[in-house]
Amino acid sequence: MRRRTFLALGTASAAALAAAGWWSWLRTREASEKRTLGDDGAMIVAAIVPAMLAGALPVAGQERRTAIGEVVIGVDRAIAGLPAHARAEIGQLFALLALAPARRAFAGVASPWPEAGVAEVSAFLDRWRDSGWALKRSAYDALHQLILAAWYGNPRSWAAIGYAGPPKL
Amino acid sequence: MADNDTAAVPDPIRAGIASGWKVVDLSKPGDHATLECDVAIVGSGAGGGIAAETLALAGLSVVIVEEGPLRSSSDFRMREAEAYPDLYQESAARKTADKAINILQGRCVGGGTTVNWTTSFRTPERTLLHWVRHHGLAGYAPQAMAPWFEKMEARLSIAPWTLAPNENNAALARGTAARGIASGRIRRNVEGCANLGYCGVGCPLNAKRAPLTVSIPEALSRGATLVTRARAERLVIDRDRVTALDVRGMDASGTTPGTRRLTVRARRFVAAAGAIGTPGLLLRSSAPDPHGLVGKRTFLHPVVVSAALMPQRVDGYAGAPQSVYSDHYLDTLPLDGPVGFKVEAPPIHPVLAAITLPSHGASHAGFMKAFPNMHVLLALLRDGFHPESPGGVVRLRDDGTPVLDYPFTPYLWDGVRRAFRAMAELQFAAGATKVMPIHGDGTAYATDQDAARAIDGFALAPLVTPVVSAHVMGGAPMGPDVRRAVVDASGRHHQIGNLYVVDGSLFPTSIGANPQLSIYAVAARIAEGIAADLGPVRAASR
Repeated sequence: MRRRTFLALGTASAAALAAAGWWSWLRTREASEKRTLGDDGAMIVAAIVPAMLAGALPVAGQERRTAIGEVVIGVDRAIAGLPAHARAEIGQLFALLALAPARRAFAGVASPWPEAGVAEVSAFLDRWRDSGWALKRSAYDALHQLILAAWYGNPRSWAAIGYAGPPKL
Repeated sequence: MADNDTAAVPDPIRAGIASGWKVVDLSKPGDHATLECDVAIVGSGAGGGIAAETLALAGLSVVIVEEGPLRSSSDFRMREAEAYPDLYQESAARKTADKAINILQGRCVGGGTTVNWTTSFRTPERTLLHWVRHHGLAGYAPQAMAPWFEKMEARLSIAPWTLAPNENNAALARGTAARGIASGRIRRNVEGCANLGYCGVGCPLNAKRAPLTVSIPEALSRGATLVTRARAERLVIDRDRVTALDVRGMDASGTTPGTRRLTVRARRFVAAAGAIGTPGLLLRSSAPDPHGLVGKRTFLHPVVVSAALMPQRVDGYAGAPQSVYSDHYLDTLPLDGPVGFKVEAPPIHPVLAAITLPSHGASHAGFMKAFPNMHVLLALLRDGFHPESPGGVVRLRDDGTPVLDYPFTPYLWDGVRRAFRAMAELQFAAGATKVMPIHGDGTAYATDQDAARAIDGFALAPLVTPVVSAHVMGGAPMGPDVRRAVVDASGRHHQIGNLYVVDGSLFPTSIGANPQLSIYAVAARIAEGIAADLGPVRAASR
């Protein structure tokens, strides 16, 4: 049901249509695997990735959609590798951010996640990074670590940073 | 996970398993079994691994219980995305209670030594003398410890590294020389090292000489039993004796306990689960703790980081990760004065670099695009020697897992500020065009003066200034005074006669240097004491 809601939202704008593109791709890729993010969490991470990784992701097209989808999968896998207490905390963070009033009041993001652009999400990330409230900084830190690790652990990211990968033995 | 890349490298672990080593993966289905042995050891890292070998060589029957998986060279593919979830505690994202400090600890057979950077220092003499004078450890004077260091150095091929340092380390040497500051060369526990630079994700060549490649194979070839993916839940304590160890298999993910159970009965029990795991086990077991010492005075060598850009390629992912250090900022300060710090260079791999660099978007991506030219230094604070550095406290969550609460004090922040200043000076002296102290929004500075001015104004705070740790120590300290120590100088628990602690938990302060050799030496010494105490070899009744 959540997925249907999300897809309905996804028809609202071109940006969201692009998101729906990676989303259906993600669904097929992950159909057989255990997922920990949930639909809401995946939607939120997919909305945050273009801002966190601005300047690092491929700029357009299928390449970009694939990269975003793979970062979401990487974040999902990373969360699956965390102990129960950490999984629970991250689950609470995404559950909160998925609620529209909390998204607006707590994160200061006016647009629904699938429609939030890079500028709006970047401003949210700046605020949480610089927040006087340690809880927001720790949430920023979690998003930072999860998303950056998922991208830079992916060989797809390496050419752009001049890393040839591990040596061949 | 073996593939053609690594098939040509002999894998002594897989060969050993094929030859009939007793290795049980407790995440696989099976009945509740009971094992009996002379010594049950919880943990297979620097402490447990050396203890297992020492006790097995003495002819004693040994069972080793390890929470992580048994991995070996065939599995080590030099990929961070695989190694961190598989080989590290909490996917290398273990945090202090306030989430302000990221703790790197191993969670695999060999523990941290399977993924450490092979840096081998003896316990500094000043540290040992401090223990003698202030913690009653008369038997730990430098001359008394020397034979144990020598023994472990010989066993694990700890020797000077004779190849040229990689550029990341060479720049540290240049920076110190330019500023007239002493630096030294790091000894490493390797043999046949090909200078790849991937020690932190498991050596694919078995060049690292450590518990995984040396001690555990020796113990297993002498009949020891290794139980993997097995969490030691509690010691069953009857007044002043441990009667059994309750063990639970992990589930397939390795993150959550599963259903399979195991009971280990032994004459002696050794806690070697690391300085968060060991206090955690003692707390879960409700071990007697009349003076409330368990888990207290836990130290981290808190680390802060400075990134820089060099005009030339650094390629910090290639070559021995650590080969140069400077103790200038330790040696020029009294132990009980302002906190001193050791300066070293870390390996620079994409994930490690990306999660260390602050902020996001264009500024982060800009620094990452200069990845080959990135130079990184770290400063490791010597905590635990001053009243304003009492360390942290390990406690239990509701689910029984341990968590470290480590409040940062103004005393430590003062050291952080001096460390940022020192690292920026060294990096500019080595030719850096920009220096980015890892703090806040990650602003980079083009001159030493600009950096110094900015650093003096930093509002240092938890989760504003990232702090990491790879060295957890203390929490079950040794010493003769039952009011100040959990175990005596022989590692034996003050209240429980057949329980020993054999890991970094033993240390009454931090070490002031990368601790693996300190743990190896103390573990060998304590384990020989256990063997002597158990007397001439007689196998446990079966």
